[in-house]
Amino acid sequence: MSFILEVFLLAFLTVAALAILRMRDLFAITMLFSLFSLLSAGLFTVMDAADVAFTEAAVGAGISTILMLVTLTQSAREEKPGFHRSPVLPLVVVWITGGALLYGTRDLPTRGDPAAPVHTHVAPRYLEATDEEIGIPNVVTAVLASYRGYDTLGETTVILTAGIGVLALLGIPHRRRRKQDDEE
Amino acid sequence: MRLLEIYNYEVAIVLAMIGLYTVISRANLVKKVAGLNIFQVSVFMLYISMGVVTDGTVPILIEGPTVYSNPLPHVLILTAIVVGVATTALALALIVRIREAYGTIEEIDIHRQDESF
Amino acid sequence: MRHHIVLRVIAKMLVPVILLFALYVQFHGDYGPGGGFQAGVIFAAGVILYSLVFGLEAGMQAVPPEILRPLAAVGVLLYGGVGVATLLLGGAYLDYDVLAHDPVHGQHLGILLVELGVGITVASVLTLVYFAFAGRPALSKEEQQ
Repeated sequence: MSFILEVFLLAFLTVAALAILRMRDLFAITMLFSLFSLLSAGLFTVMDAADVAFTEAAVGAGISTILMLVTLTQSAREEKPGFHRSPVLPLVVVWITGGALLYGTRDLPTRGDPAAPVHTHVAPRYLEATDEEIGIPNVVTAVLASYRGYDTLGETTVILTAGIGVLALLGIPHRRRRKQDDEE
Repeated sequence: MRLLEIYNYEVAIVLAMIGLYTVISRANLVKKVAGLNIFQVSVFMLYISMGVVTDGTVPILIEGPTVYSNPLPHVLILTAIVVGVATTALALALIVRIREAYGTIEEIDIHRQDESF
Repeated sequence: MRHHIVLRVIAKMLVPVILLFALYVQFHGDYGPGGGFQAGVIFAAGVILYSLVFGLEAGMQAVPPEILRPLAAVGVLLYGGVGVATLLLGGAYLDYDVLAHDPVHGQHLGILLVELGVGITVASVLTLVYFAFAGRPALSKEEQQ
């Protein structure tokens, strides 16, 4: 059952990605991008990743889309038509890279195999020790905030730095003083 | 068939290649940012599908013996998603300023204006 | 947006629910999916919805940028401060065991404070970024190529 759901979602995702590549109307691309994020959030849910699906839906379908829309009001609505350079070199690069990666994935363990190496070293220890050492049910929060808390500190600093960068680039307009005759 | 066992990695790589092609072949800056995000999401899918355990459930501890999916890729990808949105916000702010400075967001016109100085 | 009465009414009803849901996700991140990031993003989405429907001026009046700017740094300060507090109390940096009388309670307190810091920073930064983008005058139809 979940296999069918996954294949369905993956097919839709591929179609959406191809549509983003081919379309010229930037507004349609933004809407398709929001759809892409929402579908990938659905895919993460089917793959038992609840926290990740939550974050991807909120961030991708929410914040990224609204920021792209606001950027569109300040730049352009359509991509300029025509090829400005030959597409042969990018195609060659993409095919070679894709072929090498596909060849490399032939050795990866089967999807869902409980004996895969990724499930052996630290993960079972976190799953077992969370109840006694930390005592909260959500293992992802426990690992994020306690076991790997240092990484989360760095990540929060990255968000702050991005905010500082955007403020340095764009700046916030000063609010006008409230005028008595300014009734909206 | 081997493909049926590792189909998730294959599709993630195909999506990544579509995103990569969008970034390197299209000249419009907003489209490049969209392609970059497609690439990022496909990499997330690669990692999350590695953490799936057959007959497993969400890694939230409940009563009784249960098999949980691996929480470690979830933690990594949570960080990656947030860093991705930070990068996208900065890229879009740069696009707004480039439009203000050059009057266009097509890469080819920007290069032409730069070379004419 | 003055003429879109349906949008105004629905937004007025939805925005408090969204903000409340953000607080729920923040503090119940221990027991279900959620945590600091998700809560921060949902809170910012609520404020952005309000700004979209009622105007940027109303949005900046409700959540002034002069408060958001230091608040973004306060979140990271809270996170780092918890680490320094554990250092002063005798443990390693960000070792929550020493924060309370009992290691498990210490972990609970540490995780609560740390996720709160993350949520505050994410909400403030995303709201500030939206205000920065939306504060620029939009281009007219002819200027958009």
